[in-house]
Amino acid sequence: MWFYLARRLLSLGVSLIAASAVIFLVVEIAPGDPAAYMLGINAQPETLAALRTELSLDLPAPARYWHWITGMLGGDFGTSYTYRTPVADMVADRLTVSLPLAVMALVLAVAVALPAGLFAASRRGKPGDVAVMGAAQLGVAVPNFWFAMLLVLGFAITWRIFPSGGFPGWDQPLQALRALTLPTIALALPQAAILARVLRSSLIDALHEDYIRTARAKGLTPGQALRRHGLRNALIPVLTLMGLQFSFLLAGAIIIEQVFYLPGLGRLIFQSISQRDLITVESVTMLLVFAVIVVNFLTDVAYAVADPRLRRQGRRA
Amino acid sequence: MSRALILGMVLTLTVLAGAALSLVWTPYDITQMSIPDRLQGPSGAHWLGTDHFGRDILSMLMLGARTSIAVALVAVGIGAGVGVPLGLTAAARRGGLVDEAISRLSDLVFAFPSLVIAILITASFGASALNAILAIGIFNIPVFARLTRGAALPVWQREFILAARTFGKGAGRISVEHILPNLTNLLIVQCTIQFSLGILAEAGLSYVGLGAQPPTPSWGRMLADAQTLVTLAPHVALIPGLTIVLTVLGLNLLGDGLRDALDPRLKVIRA
Repeated sequence: MWFYLARRLLSLGVSLIAASAVIFLVVEIAPGDPAAYMLGINAQPETLAALRTELSLDLPAPARYWHWITGMLGGDFGTSYTYRTPVADMVADRLTVSLPLAVMALVLAVAVALPAGLFAASRRGKPGDVAVMGAAQLGVAVPNFWFAMLLVLGFAITWRIFPSGGFPGWDQPLQALRALTLPTIALALPQAAILARVLRSSLIDALHEDYIRTARAKGLTPGQALRRHGLRNALIPVLTLMGLQFSFLLAGAIIIEQVFYLPGLGRLIFQSISQRDLITVESVTMLLVFAVIVVNFLTDVAYAVADPRLRRQGRRA
Repeated sequence: MSRALILGMVLTLTVLAGAALSLVWTPYDITQMSIPDRLQGPSGAHWLGTDHFGRDILSMLMLGARTSIAVALVAVGIGAGVGVPLGLTAAARRGGLVDEAISRLSDLVFAFPSLVIAILITASFGASALNAILAIGIFNIPVFARLTRGAALPVWQREFILAARTFGKGAGRISVEHILPNLTNLLIVQCTIQFSLGILAEAGLSYVGLGAQPPTPSWGRMLADAQTLVTLAPHVALIPGLTIVLTVLGLNLLGDGLRDALDPRLKVIRA
């Protein structure tokens, strides 16, 4: 167990270093000088040089990488070129939108997928199963941003129940929740479709196991056996998937924020990219990658705790 | 053949045929704007109506299909072209340093939030279909590498591999002549899945303006253009969206149907 944990921790460290190097390189190679962008085409060469010194752009790339990475370890994400404010503050501000959105979407996705998967698995091959899986097949194929547009068309324009976009801020909690309702649904339902499919097939696999027969033999109904014994075992692949889905949720949130004009991390990335605000792009992307890698690490550890067989293998299949 | 497989084939072939036909003919020339005809609903002259420039939506969809298919297809090609040899090599050198390096590297790429990095790449190097292809393709590599390695390992234990070895064949030749043919079904099904994911990813990237650039039509950008017009003419938003849904649905049904028809036990990667 400890050996496994140490090995996973080591590979977590390597992943994070490699990820930071890749992000730094991509942003570095990208064409466009931030200082030139900020000053416009009529800038004097001296002003340009002064600004480059001020932003430490005249330092060699390895030095800047070192400065960036050690700063991030201490919670200093750099200072935005465009807004001249600490990136950490901007991120904290944007997170108040993106984080509730992602968490609510994940909760809703699980809340829909769990009963749907159970229902379908317990009625395998019957009309109920076919209907739920048909809906899931459709849900997997729907691009979430288009689904978002349909929701806006229905619930914001035709029926006027929810706002079509924008965010009033958490000073008005009720209005803020209303503003996040449609984005949450748009983000959650396609994820729920994927989860429900995996849950169903993994439940059906579990139903063939001996322990289910034992449970039935001691007098449990098929439904009881499924819920008490099948579900626990079927949740392992579902957990892996949720770890992986977290990254899709983040990317999805970036696109959904565009649809609803929400001031979240996604819009921050797009703004900073178009303004060549390199340090903000690097830090925000690194933060997202960090979140995904750590979540995947935690799911791995969670399994090893739950299922001793996986510790020895040391790697997901 | 199951009904799902037939439906999947019909949907997929329809989209492919539309894209192929657009190489030689589309109902209207989409570089011609016709403002008086803008935002018309479906009619005899324009089967699926017109957009805000009065362009024929059916023609746009046919050309857009070409973009989607080209991007997704080349991205699958990159993924399989690089990933399969890597997976075969890792399996042939099981437990060795090469295997470890390949496995760790694909774990690493797998852990990246692919769309976030795709957005970063396309946004940093300029939005174009080519960068979209690269961004999507890179993330297909570890999928194929993992899948191939995992499926090749049990084949290496089989007796005909031992027989091939006694004939003096090297690991490389065995991989190509004996291992790969045993993975064909699995790879075909996985290609279908990655193809449908690629179509969705391309739509997402071009929706946020990071895919193919005008005047090349793309489904994602048609939806982005339609967003502000949704109240005036819902069909400009509904029709391209439905096209994406039907295409992806068709490919998924095709993938599932092929798996069931070839070998229901195939373990594909879905994420």
